This record gives sequence, structure tokens and C-alpha cells, in this order.
Amino acid sequence: MARLMLVRVARLVATLLVVTFLSFIMTSLLPGDPAVAILGQDGVQNEELLRQVQDDLGLNDPIIVRYVNWLGSALSGDLGESYINSGQEVSDVIADRVPVTAQLAVMAIVIALILAIPVGILGAYKQGRWQDKASSAGVQVALSVPNFITGIFLIWFLSVKLDLLPASNWNRISNKGIWANLQTAIMPAMALGLTQAAIFSRLVRSDMVATLKENYVLAARAKGLGDGYILARHALRPSSLSLATIIGINFGALLGGTVVIETLFAIPGLGFRLINAISQRDIMVIQGITVFLAVVYVVINFLVDLFYSVLDPRIRRN
Amino acid sequence: MTIQANEPNISSKLAEGTAEKPATIAPDAARVDPEDAPVGRLRRIGRTFGSMPILVKLSSFWLFLVVFGAIYAKLDVSVFDGALPLQDPNVQTNGFNPDTLEFGTGEPIEGSSWDHWLGTDAIARDTFARIVHGAWVSLVVASIAAAFGVIVGGFLGSLVGFVRGRTETIIMSMVDVILAFPALVLLLALVSIFEVRSLLVISLVIGFLSIPAYSRVARANSLAVSQREFVAAARAIGTKPRTILFKEVIPNVLPTVLAYAMVAAAFVIVVEGSLSFLGLSVQLPQSTWGNMINQARRDIKLNVSQVLWPSLALTITVLSLNQVGDWFQQRSAVRSSAL
Repeated sequence: MARLMLVRVARLVATLLVVTFLSFIMTSLLPGDPAVAILGQDGVQNEELLRQVQDDLGLNDPIIVRYVNWLGSALSGDLGESYINSGQEVSDVIADRVPVTAQLAVMAIVIALILAIPVGILGAYKQGRWQDKASSAGVQVALSVPNFITGIFLIWFLSVKLDLLPASNWNRISNKGIWANLQTAIMPAMALGLTQAAIFSRLVRSDMVATLKENYVLAARAKGLGDGYILARHALRPSSLSLATIIGINFGALLGGTVVIETLFAIPGLGFRLINAISQRDIMVIQGITVFLAVVYVVINFLVDLFYSVLDPRIRRN
Repeated sequence: MTIQANEPNISSKLAEGTAEKPATIAPDAARVDPEDAPVGRLRRIGRTFGSMPILVKLSSFWLFLVVFGAIYAKLDVSVFDGALPLQDPNVQTNGFNPDTLEFGTGEPIEGSSWDHWLGTDAIARDTFARIVHGAWVSLVVASIAAAFGVIVGGFLGSLVGFVRGRTETIIMSMVDVILAFPALVLLLALVSIFEVRSLLVISLVIGFLSIPAYSRVARANSLAVSQREFVAAARAIGTKPRTILFKEVIPNVLPTVLAYAMVAAAFVIVVEGSLSFLGLSVQLPQSTWGNMINQARRDIKLNVSQVLWPSLALTITVLSLNQVGDWFQQRSAVRSSAL
């Protein structure tokens, strides 16, 4: 176990190094000189000043030196300053917006599970009958609707037609309390969760179709246990492992989804800030958020792997 | 992401559908006489179409319509200079016409009418024409991404699954690193590098990012095919590895990769749609389904139908690609199990 952990951690560190390096060189390929952006058009006339700013920023060093310097300060929590909004620390921007995006992602996963598990169980339990066919058709459609379309039609239905929920914006828990916060969070979370729900329920269904054929399910039935009890206690439990894996795998898609959904609902999360930074060509912010999201994604998948091997002894021994 | 998400589906489909039609498919594939190959091929396409379930038939028909519409719209603009019967997607129908010295009769955000089948958008452009022109963007992005994926990803995957060893370790760890990024975030970061966002640039970036998933699919299949008796037999009679790769392994990996391409194309169309929706895809006034949805959502209180039409076009196309792709995946899985 200890040896396996060591290998895993080594692989994690290697992946993180490559991922951060790629994000670093990617953004340094952006056209336009940051020094010019800082000085503005007038400052550029002064060649000496321009060169000095370039030196201060380390723009004339070789790329590896720049990466190592950048990584060093990134590890101590310093991701640099925004070139466009001067004085704004990138790490502050991220710290400010992470809770919003994290809340959205968690709510989306919870909503997806609440929707997916009953639908998946129903499909497996009534395999081949109309309930199964109807839920499979629903899943197919849900898989094909892009999340921003779901979001727009939720807005149209719940905000424009029924006037139940605000169409955009975000209430922070700290300012307005949890109720006002949920009112603004529920629609985007539903839009994000629907695709995930379709993926999860397909997985639960196919997993359970297999487990329901197992001998121990037959044994439970022979003991005279009720269908509901067997489904919940004997058949669902093995599926939790594959659910954990697919949540990890789909987390990247979820992070990508938050970018679109946050923009649609004007939610001040990481994704919306990333889109702003891209339209302003704010290199440091683009870089900071990209690196942050990539690192979160890699670490989450590492944790899922770990969780999986803790739960399932067969993998541990391997 | 897409592959893993699809795996449980494939296996479940396999479990249900294996028994369906292996017997009719396998002899079919074996019987290709060189003389009547063209006729045989046509008939085979006909028979393939005939054996589709009704939903898959409808989906293929819709996809055919989309491809036809996209090419028609492109020909209208680039070859016939707007002479074909389709309205100009960028003309404001309420605008001033210098030739007749009159204002147009259209109005912004109209409902459906005989003149404008799907109504008009916020500046009175014909929505039907814009949707047909938007199909071109989806078609090009999906085709280029699929070509990249099948040719580069399919080849790399087949190669490493066949030769194994250090080549496999190196190539697959590169693939894993690209997959270690959240796809849309990586795409956004890459797209932000390019100042000019032409259709070609967008397609190439998405195409490049498609390679890893295809290599995974191709590698998994190539690993299985390379274990087969006919590959061992070819090795035993001293066939060159390169010949085995091209004559034995790749032809048997290809059907699965092509079936995957349909499902991947659905994903690519959604990704391009999201990018357009964010205003980071091809430049205006070129209409895309994503940017039409983004523009129309601002007037959703006035008229929801302007959001609805491009949304339906996008969703039905994605649904159709998924249906047809799933069907082909089942077929190629059945076929390779009969191999």
C-alpha cells in the first residue's frame, strides 16, 4: 500500500509539473508585450523605460528560468498581478471567486445524483418495459441538450413565465443569507446538473442490470427480503464505486460547464472571470485561472483514484 | 471525457444487443466480389440503411439535411453569389434599399410568416437563412476535428497498441497530459492565444484537442486486434510489421474509430456551440447556432421562438449524431466479436 501510494504521488507531482509548465508557456505565447500593456502607448516611446520594465518582469530570461521563478512564487501563493486592473493580485481574484464556483459544482453534482439514482434504478428494475424505454429516451435527450440551452429555457420558464426566480446575478451567503443565495444558485446548478444526471443514471442502470443477476441478490430474494430493500442495500452499493469514478472523470466537463453557465447567469465565479480576462487579454489572470482549474482537476482525479482503492481491496493489492 | 462517459453505455448496449444480428452482418462483410464492387457497395449502403431502427433512420435523414443545407448555403454565397433561392443571412429586411429608394417590409423579431419561415432576429435578419448558414460552421468544425482525430489519433492509437514498448509509454503519457486539462478550459486558453478567430483556426484547435480521445479508443482496439490469430499468423509467415499494421491492424480498428467519430462529432458541435455562445468562436456577422442563441436570448421576454429555432437545430443535430454513432458502435462491436 505504501509503495503504491508513493508511485501515485510521484505520478501526481509529474503530471502537475507538466500541466503547470504547459499552462505557463501557453500564455506566454499570447501576442502582445505585457510591458507595453503596463506602460501604455505613451510609455513605449521611452525605450529605456520599456527595457527596464521588461527586465523587471523577467521577460528577457529564458523560458525555463521564467517557469521556475513563476512556479516558486506560485507555490508560495503568489500568482502575480493583473496587468489590466493594476494592483489586483491574481491569487486574491481566485480566492474571491472559488467559493462561488465550488458551490455551483457541488450543487450540480448533488442535483444530478438526486435525479439520476431513482431513474437509473427504475430502468434496471423494469428492464425492457416501458418505464425503462421512457427513461432511456429521456436520458438520450438530456445528454444531447447543451447546458446553456437548458439554462436559457429554465430562465424562460421559471423567470419569464412564472416569475419565480431571478434570471441572473448572484447573492452571496455572507451578504444576503442562505435563502437568497439558493434562489440565485438553483437554476444554474440545475442547468449544469442535467447532463451529469443523464450520464450518472445511464451508469447506474447498466451497473444494476449486472448486479441484479448476481447470486447474492438471488439469495437475498430467496430469504424473502423486499424488492425495495434489496435494490437499496444490495444492488445500489456496488454502483457507488463506479459513480465515484465517473464524478471524478466528469469533473473537468463540469468545470468547463461552469464557464458557460456562469457567463449566462452573470455569476461572479472563476469561469465568468476567465471569460472577462480573455476578452481583456489579461494574461496573468488567464494563466492563473487556467493553472488553478487544471490543478484542481488533476488533484480531484487523484483523490478519486485513492478513494477507490481504499474502498475496493482488490485494487489495493494490485 | 467523452470516451469514458460512453463506455458503460457501449458495454450495456453490447449486453443487450449482441444477439440481434451478427449472423446477417458477418457474411455480408465477407462477400465483396471485385467485379461488382460498385453495385455491391451501393446495395450494401441501401441494406445498411434498411436495417436501421426507425429513430436512427430519422436521425440519418436529419444529418443529411444539415449537410445538404450547409453546402447549399456555402455554394449560394461563394459560387452563385446569392442567386440560389435562400435569403441573404446578413441583410436587414427592414433596411433602406438604395436601388428602390424604399425601406424593406421586414420587422425585427417577427414570428413565423410566409416571407420569413422562422421569423426574424433582433435586427430583422431572416432566421431560417441564418440557421442554414450556421450549419456550415458546425459542419466544417465537426469534419475537420473528425479528420484530425481519425487520421492522427486513430493512427497513433493503432501504432502504439501494436508496437507497445517505449513508444507506447511516451505517446500515451503525452495523451494523458492533454487529457489532464479540463477540455473547455484548455480550449479557451488556446483560443485566447489567437487574435484572428477564423473558422480554420477554430477547427484546427478543436481538431488538435480531439486527438487524445481518439488515440485512446484506437489503442484499446488495436491492443485487442493485435492479439488475434491472423496477426500472429502474419507475423509467423514473416510479414513486415509495417505491412501488418496497415493491412491487418488498422483496417480492423477503423470501423470502431469511425463509429466513435460520430459521437465525438456531437461533442465537438456542442463545444463549438459553447464557444460561439461565449462570443469566442468565428467572427460576426457569420451566423452560428451558438451566437444566434446568444443574441436572441436578450429578447427572450419578447419572443422565445428566436431562441428556440437555433436551439432545436443544435440539439436535434447532436441527438442525431449520438443516435447514429451509438448504432454504428453497436454494429462495429458486433462485427469485431464475429471476426
